[in-house]
Amino acid sequence: MEITQRCREGRIPRCRNSGRRMGLLLAFLLITMIVCKGAVFAADAKPVNEGSGAGQEKAVAWFDFEKTSFALLTVAICGTVIICTELARRGKPFYVRPIAGLRAMEEAVGRATEMGKPMLFVPGIEDIKEIDTVAGLMILSNVARMAAEYDTPLEVPTSRTLVMTAAREAVQAAAIAAGRPDYYNEDRVYYVTEEQFGYVASVCGWMNREKPAACFFLGKFFAESLILAETGNAVGAIQIAGTAETTQLPFFVAACDYTLLGEELFAASAYLSGEPAQLGMLKGQDFGKLAAMVLVLAGCALATWDSISPRVKTSDGQNGSRRTQWITDTVLKGG
Amino acid sequence: MSKTVPVIIASLVGFLMIFAFFSPQLLWLRQTAEDWFAIITTIAMIYGGLTLCFHHLKKISDSEAGWGFSAVTLLAFGVTVIVGMLKIGVVPETARNLNHPWSGPFLQEGGAFWWIYQYLFSPVVSTMFALLAFYVASAAFRAFRAKNVEAILLLVTALIVLLGQTKDREITTLFLPAMTDGSTSYLPIADLTEFIRKTIVTSGQRAIMIGVALGVVATSLRILLGLDRSYLGGDE
Amino acid sequence: MSSSVTILDRLNVLDRRWIFLAMALAVAAPILLGIGSDESPSPPTKRLFDRLEELPEGSRILMAIDFDPNSAAELSPMALAFTRHCCLRRHKIYFVTTWGTGVPLLDATIKTVVQSEFGRGDRPYQYGIDYVNLGFVAGDAVAISQLTSDIRKARSQDMQGTSLDSLPVMNDVVSLQDMQLLITPSAGFPGAKEWVQYAGTPYKIPLAAGCTGVQSTQLFPYYPDQLVGLVTGIRGANEYESMLASKYPVPYAEMSKRPASLRGGPQRWAHRLMISLIVLGNAIHFANRYRRSSHS
Repeated sequence: MEITQRCREGRIPRCRNSGRRMGLLLAFLLITMIVCKGAVFAADAKPVNEGSGAGQEKAVAWFDFEKTSFALLTVAICGTVIICTELARRGKPFYVRPIAGLRAMEEAVGRATEMGKPMLFVPGIEDIKEIDTVAGLMILSNVARMAAEYDTPLEVPTSRTLVMTAAREAVQAAAIAAGRPDYYNEDRVYYVTEEQFGYVASVCGWMNREKPAACFFLGKFFAESLILAETGNAVGAIQIAGTAETTQLPFFVAACDYTLLGEELFAASAYLSGEPAQLGMLKGQDFGKLAAMVLVLAGCALATWDSISPRVKTSDGQNGSRRTQWITDTVLKGG
Repeated sequence: MSKTVPVIIASLVGFLMIFAFFSPQLLWLRQTAEDWFAIITTIAMIYGGLTLCFHHLKKISDSEAGWGFSAVTLLAFGVTVIVGMLKIGVVPETARNLNHPWSGPFLQEGGAFWWIYQYLFSPVVSTMFALLAFYVASAAFRAFRAKNVEAILLLVTALIVLLGQTKDREITTLFLPAMTDGSTSYLPIADLTEFIRKTIVTSGQRAIMIGVALGVVATSLRILLGLDRSYLGGDE
Repeated sequence: MSSSVTILDRLNVLDRRWIFLAMALAVAAPILLGIGSDESPSPPTKRLFDRLEELPEGSRILMAIDFDPNSAAELSPMALAFTRHCCLRRHKIYFVTTWGTGVPLLDATIKTVVQSEFGRGDRPYQYGIDYVNLGFVAGDAVAISQLTSDIRKARSQDMQGTSLDSLPVMNDVVSLQDMQLLITPSAGFPGAKEWVQYAGTPYKIPLAAGCTGVQSTQLFPYYPDQLVGLVTGIRGANEYESMLASKYPVPYAEMSKRPASLRGGPQRWAHRLMISLIVLGNAIHFANRYRRSSHS
């Protein structure tokens, strides 16, 4: 009731209202597909041993019981996240710690505007199937909105065509949302090449020629991270980077002004949107971390107990199996 | 509507992949989704090639800054595509085909494609990769300064690991007396490096990886439930 | 006094191109002078070396060359060293790559080692009998998974288009589970991590990896349980070559056969330069602090 009211007032985007319809449609489509496939399976099923006439059907399990513990963990984590979202939506306040790199984004856009120079946004070098790239595109949407408000040019070179298409959509919609549809220029969001260092050469060349005032590197990066960041540093740009690739984080930390470390990249879009539901999800994530900490401590305690307590000898005088073996076999391998 | 349909597709396929992971019955659906992605990516590749050409042709026609680079890009792209699509091969070894000089295997040594790979592509990308050595040096010069306690820790760790990575670690042994068994005593720089890598770095990385995994779960849920549509440009 | 201030001021605004020049000299001089460097073996490298030594002659080894020219400078020497060692121990080698741009590097490895060094003599390495080039298998991680369940499903022919069934080396080989060891010098995705996830760990196939220096922290958690050995960067390759040289001095003690050892010299001088730069950077930092405090 309250949600409907808030939707009418335009405080909640339309997706809330369409969420139920979408869920129903989704469930219907899924069930239809499963039923159809079930029918195909039944039709295809042939007796394994025709001679015997027993007619055993091809048995394909509906659930892989070896993955029970993983399924339970998935349900627990997803459930916690969804519960926190729902609580946030109902008005429960959650504290979300400030992230310096995200607060600096507006400052970076402002600086570029003052200097009258363009900005660069690199959404990583991987395809849109990588969640890091999607997270980068989510942040692009927010940065593009700010850039459109200030009318500051934003260059988005991409290394994948699908990413280019999504980035164009994001920038265009951000320009419309900012009330500046004329801001969107298709030529500023373009495809370069899928070759890692060919892409780097092109982007660094552009940076050296145009001297951008701000550079954003948010997505999945590999060895090119330091070359991009050092070039940005050399041209005097304020730089904000973020990646979940742990091997590249040290390079960004060394060469950029602000770095979003791992999970902060994924939290960025929710943080920038300021929507209670999305912030609630961040809190759900925190509960997941708490659970991980408890599990790590429990694991350490068990391993310590296992190593300090005397081992039972087998009949041939050898040391018996680990005391924690049953946990590995029963819990981690799903029964 | 233009945003609702993609959200439905994303949700449908996303949930499907999750269910299919746990249910062998749905494996075919997962494989079908993967096949579709491969098909879409292939089509997108053609689209990417066309976009690349239009983008650079426009730059040349508008005489924008750096249009010469666009001309080089188009030339390189055109030549590689022609050589690759026509499969210009080497002179065949069998007597029957000797009169058809370019009809041999096109990836074999001596072929046009091989030549492009060996003498253009390979040296250019290796050079770009080699630039890392220069950038690492300038970043190290600037970043590792003892400004506060954390920076001092970073600095000391970096020095130990750098020293431990080369045979120079053995220089630290020169002024120390030999062990009683006759072997050279040494400062455990190599051991320290291993300890830093295996214990400190690995534990830190695992902590970040757990955070990343949870972040991936939350972001995926936001997308699958349609709560966050900013990657599609918002809710309009 | 004034001259020292001038030096400090100059150092404060030091053009990074001087650093680039110093690095160029530190790398180029040892290369031009042929200054190499040996390395004493670390346990992860030694473990792989020992494993290859222990395997009986004729064991089946899969060599996955999963890198491209970008990282060839770092990984190619170890690929050559692994292949040499396999040939010296007369193992059967199955070459494959999951990187499209890795095919020429795979060919180069075969040509440099198997054909040039072991293709002649009393017992020459023969194609189809002692080794096979399976070439590029498309599909990234899925390709690894397919190879693990059925090699012929992933590739029914070798690189030259010959049916795998007609090659004696493929007799009794159905999947990667028939291999005694998988070795993958790899640079990224798909790479060692995927080989662990889709082949080594689920099917308990012994797996060893080589990787770039940057990747080592990502792969160390897999050693020693999921990886029987881990060779990291030029240093690791140098360690492997040094062990090869001490075990088989003729002809592998010659520096011309040791590309990683030759690269050890430039690497050593580059590290020394970096340490000097860090020290210099801190000297500048403290000099500035001293100057600020004395002015105030």
